[in-house]
Amino acid sequence: MLVTEQERLKSDIGTWLQRFGNDRAALIPVLQEIQKKYARVSEYGMQVLADQLGIHPVEVYSVVSFYSFLDHRPQGKFVIRLCRTISCDMQGKARVAQQLESDLGITFGETTPDGKFSLEWANCLGMCDQGPAVLVNDIIYTRVTPATVHDILETCRKTFGVYALESSHEEGHA
Amino acid sequence: MITPNHKAPLTFATIEPDVGLRAAMAKPRADLIAEITASQLKGRGGAGFPTGVKWNLAAAAQADVKYVICNADEGEPGTFKDRVILTDHADLVFEGMTIGGYAVGSKTGILYLRGEYTYLRPHLDAVLAARRKKGLLGVNVAGKQGFEFDIEIRMGSGAYICGEETALIESLEGCRGEPRNRPPFPVDTGLNGKPSIVNNVETFAWATCILVKGSAWFKAIGTQRSTGLKIFSVSGDCKLPGIYEFPMGITVNKMLEAVGGADAKAVQIGGASGHCVPASEFGRAIAFEDVSTGGSIIVFGHQRDMLAVAKNFLEFFVEESCGQCTPCRDGNPKLLEGVEMLEHGRCSMRYLNELSSLGETMQVASKCGLGQSAPNAFLSIIKHFKDEVMGRTQGAAH
Amino acid sequence: MSDTIDTNRAPASQTGHVIPPVEDGGMIGSRVTLTIDGQEVKVPLGTTILEAAKKVGIRIPTLCAHPDLCEAGLCRICLVEVEGMRTLQASCAYPVHSPLKIHTHTRKVRQARRHIIDLMLSKHYGECYACGRNNNCELQALAKEYGVDFFRFGHPDKPLFAKDESSHSVIRDMNKCVLCRRCVRTCIDLQEVGVLEAIGRGDQTRIETFMDKPLADVVCINCGQCINRCPTGALRANDPTDEVWAAIDDPKKHVVIQTAPAPRAAIGECFGLEPGNPLTFELNTAMRLCGFDKVFDTNFTADLTIFEEGAELLMRLQDALKTKKGPVFLPQFTSCSPGWVKYLEHFYPEYIPNLSSAKSPQQMFGAVIKTYYAQLNGLDPKDIVTVALMPCSAKKFECNRPEMVDSGFKDVDYGLTTRELAKMIQEAGIDLPNMAKSDFDSPFGSATGSGVIFGTTGGVMEAALRTVIELVVGIKVENLFDHADIIPLRGMDGVKYVELTIPSVGEVPAILKPLFESWDFLKGVTVKVAVAHGTANAHKVMEDLKNGGPLSQCHFIEFMGCPGGCIGGGGQPIPTSQAIREARSKAIYAEDSAYPIRKSHENPAVLELYGKFLTEGPCSHKSHKLLHTHYTPRGKYIAE
Repeated sequence: MLVTEQERLKSDIGTWLQRFGNDRAALIPVLQEIQKKYARVSEYGMQVLADQLGIHPVEVYSVVSFYSFLDHRPQGKFVIRLCRTISCDMQGKARVAQQLESDLGITFGETTPDGKFSLEWANCLGMCDQGPAVLVNDIIYTRVTPATVHDILETCRKTFGVYALESSHEEGHA
Repeated sequence: MITPNHKAPLTFATIEPDVGLRAAMAKPRADLIAEITASQLKGRGGAGFPTGVKWNLAAAAQADVKYVICNADEGEPGTFKDRVILTDHADLVFEGMTIGGYAVGSKTGILYLRGEYTYLRPHLDAVLAARRKKGLLGVNVAGKQGFEFDIEIRMGSGAYICGEETALIESLEGCRGEPRNRPPFPVDTGLNGKPSIVNNVETFAWATCILVKGSAWFKAIGTQRSTGLKIFSVSGDCKLPGIYEFPMGITVNKMLEAVGGADAKAVQIGGASGHCVPASEFGRAIAFEDVSTGGSIIVFGHQRDMLAVAKNFLEFFVEESCGQCTPCRDGNPKLLEGVEMLEHGRCSMRYLNELSSLGETMQVASKCGLGQSAPNAFLSIIKHFKDEVMGRTQGAAH
Repeated sequence: MSDTIDTNRAPASQTGHVIPPVEDGGMIGSRVTLTIDGQEVKVPLGTTILEAAKKVGIRIPTLCAHPDLCEAGLCRICLVEVEGMRTLQASCAYPVHSPLKIHTHTRKVRQARRHIIDLMLSKHYGECYACGRNNNCELQALAKEYGVDFFRFGHPDKPLFAKDESSHSVIRDMNKCVLCRRCVRTCIDLQEVGVLEAIGRGDQTRIETFMDKPLADVVCINCGQCINRCPTGALRANDPTDEVWAAIDDPKKHVVIQTAPAPRAAIGECFGLEPGNPLTFELNTAMRLCGFDKVFDTNFTADLTIFEEGAELLMRLQDALKTKKGPVFLPQFTSCSPGWVKYLEHFYPEYIPNLSSAKSPQQMFGAVIKTYYAQLNGLDPKDIVTVALMPCSAKKFECNRPEMVDSGFKDVDYGLTTRELAKMIQEAGIDLPNMAKSDFDSPFGSATGSGVIFGTTGGVMEAALRTVIELVVGIKVENLFDHADIIPLRGMDGVKYVELTIPSVGEVPAILKPLFESWDFLKGVTVKVAVAHGTANAHKVMEDLKNGGPLSQCHFIEFMGCPGGCIGGGGQPIPTSQAIREARSKAIYAEDSAYPIRKSHENPAVLELYGKFLTEGPCSHKSHKLLHTHYTPRGKYIAE
């Protein structure tokens, strides 16, 4: 990680800790912010956060590794989560999964080499009456079919470009 | 984007805002709790603990700080009613939390919203802001001198186990969502070691309704041991999946009729942690004293492979177990292995019996409700569909 | 003092809830009557079912519970049936508040326990006969107790994890881990080092270091407390016995062993003796039978340490009180515990100047053997192999520190733990407890009682004070403390604090003349000293120091990395508990009082060393070269 990025992360952590309170209860909210802005919780970030909260880095790692929405590995700009639970399964999850893998050229648990998409399984997304459901970052898509997978990915791709990238950095401050 | 599915008219829609809150404020705390107790409202998250008893214990606890926590970590497979309630009737939920705060003597409410529902956050923030503006949160809530209460939203991060109340509290404290030893119970030693009531989204909403319509109204509905109405999330092989409201004690048959699933082969009641009820038992009642559910109803048509269903649920538990206690962490993978053996027709009856007995151990030996209920689906499917799951020819998928 | 700063930071989920037992104040309702397997027992409210059962002699098996650690209730072995409850309850974590009827071995309970053991075995790779914990393994004992004669749910036929053998001190083999998390609670709660935690969830849960790094690359201080509390062979010390045997078998090698007092007080436990039966002199005979050429007493260099570290302290005090030159770093910290030293290097590197530059007794001995002793006996130091019997796993790391080569060779070649030497003795077919007694070899001879008490918390400080009082005040320490026992420094309190005003000063003894003209600067000074054992207590003291608390006024602080000091070291026999450590400590003090010479500065062999070899005295150029060292600021951040 570049020194400048480390400095930025450190200062962000300071800001977030001020917002969420400087105690252990702030750990998960701050981790969520880090994940959102940096698409991962880096080793350095975990150590800074541990230091600030007076806990051990391994405890932060332990928490990060526990929750599905936190990851120390770099995640794509868009994290696509397909619900794998029974109702979505019965409504054709397998074919949607197949199509997602084909369109993205990666398998579940992977990130595209350009760092734009990560593909993950999710457990019940709470859209059981209108599955299969796909969560793209915070946006939910329901009744997804193999044919509409392409549309979802295109919607994501449309947000790329210089302007889109600029604004994505600001998301964390919103 | 979220296409509305079938949604039965809900009692919640008929409740005039803030009437319940004002009715509550007009009562002494003891009378308010007595009203909830009289309704015999039981926790709508699935465990079915009497809400009045819970509130009473927390109210009696001596502490400077107490917490009212709304469990919106709706993660049970097949459940989505809390999402719908929060989308359409968030005010009722916040009102119920405020009533709970008044009842137990708490200033702080926390809504623990699952990370998968982050898209609801702006809406809920707006509802909270509007309530603050109207004086329904903050100091002197609803004009009640000296009653201060506010609600903050905390997000989950993708862990089903955080729906277990002590795991939820652990998560709020910045830890892994690992259930605590009980006793002590949260009403005594909860968040930050303070008395806390943790109730489901729907429970709070019903509490509000009870204050509006009275405990007698609520108690008159349902069965003797399971009073009132219940919101159900229905999915699977039926014509009209969606949200329903039924009195407690409704039979599986009646419900299937209403949702267009009368020809079902089996129904999973209570999600992955619930029980699989075969057609022969559709006369059973959905109630705490018979088949209990937090609201998840999944209908299986005749084409469904019940072994695949068991497998899906076990994969869920293998991943979502917190990994703390031995029976759940190591038991679920063994059951899953057993299902895989069955898939290939390679499981002896003797070993299957061994696994069933392991499942029974998990039910009594696991540390929390997740581990205790994880084998339910497996055990009920093995019990009711033995003929279907045994003796498969190699690799054959049905 | 020990409760000034609250640093109890166990992972909350594992802290459980501790209800302080209400003592029977005669009040109605402060006690509750239980029925356990038909026997009635009256206990204070909040007592766990497990404790209550113990009171009536009912044994409930446990695994994740450990007397030194907070409750966890996660292995579920200790389940019992409580009448009226659907589920079984973990007796170790169930505080009783109402009269319960409990059954500890119903069919349901037995079946659950058997299933739990079977589940653990289904993921436990390895065979008992190829394991260092064979016959001292809690999982093995449970399997036997519950009649396991086949693997109901299978058994791994190949390892699932690679062993982590990166550390000089601690080896982790997660294939044997049963996820009881005792190591986690030890590392985070008991020691507050924070190397190990549960990572992942569900079936992927495992115990790991930060970002799964090798143990050598993280903030592990090598204290080995996790090893002492691991129920299986998942954690063990890095064992060099094969190399030691090879050296013994090599006729060209002159193999000498030094033994520290703590292992001598505990090794009997490996031979079935109760804790608290020292076998110091039997051990000498046994080690000679094993083939060691010479057996020396580490206490010789413990006494030497008192000279060097004591002189260093007096110099710091002289600088602070008299010459007032340069920055003076006080309090001075002891440096003989390598776990503590590494802890400081990681977590408080800014305090390294406070650490005494004196090497630990083990390392001083190594340097002296390969120089003075080699010279004296006409031996080529390259043919000498120095082995150290230590109660400690961190000593293995210490002897491998790159700077520990002041003799021109690796000063100490191998550090053996108590457990490892016991194994060598057993391998040689020697019945240690029944050996004849024999003395240590010259020229270092038997040391003093002061050297012996280095083995327990407070001992270094007591030894130092005995000497400083006599050398400075010029009176017999017995005049101040009965039998020269400085009782306030003893016992298992986490942090101990003692003040001592120097009423008058005497003549500077000849040996210290090169360093001090007179003791006038100490006249009327109140010397403040503190003692801390276990790094959690060290943490408390260091935070107090950082915040300018009362302990920052101290002149000298003894720190030991392990709870109880060396007698509770990570290389000591397993199991451990406060009671076991107290028994060992008692043995140490008994040994001390039996020595004819009890003060370091009266050790004739040490005085001879200064007379013949380190002729310029303590803290001189030559002693600095051989007996002092420097430290490495490590910090707690780990590079990505």
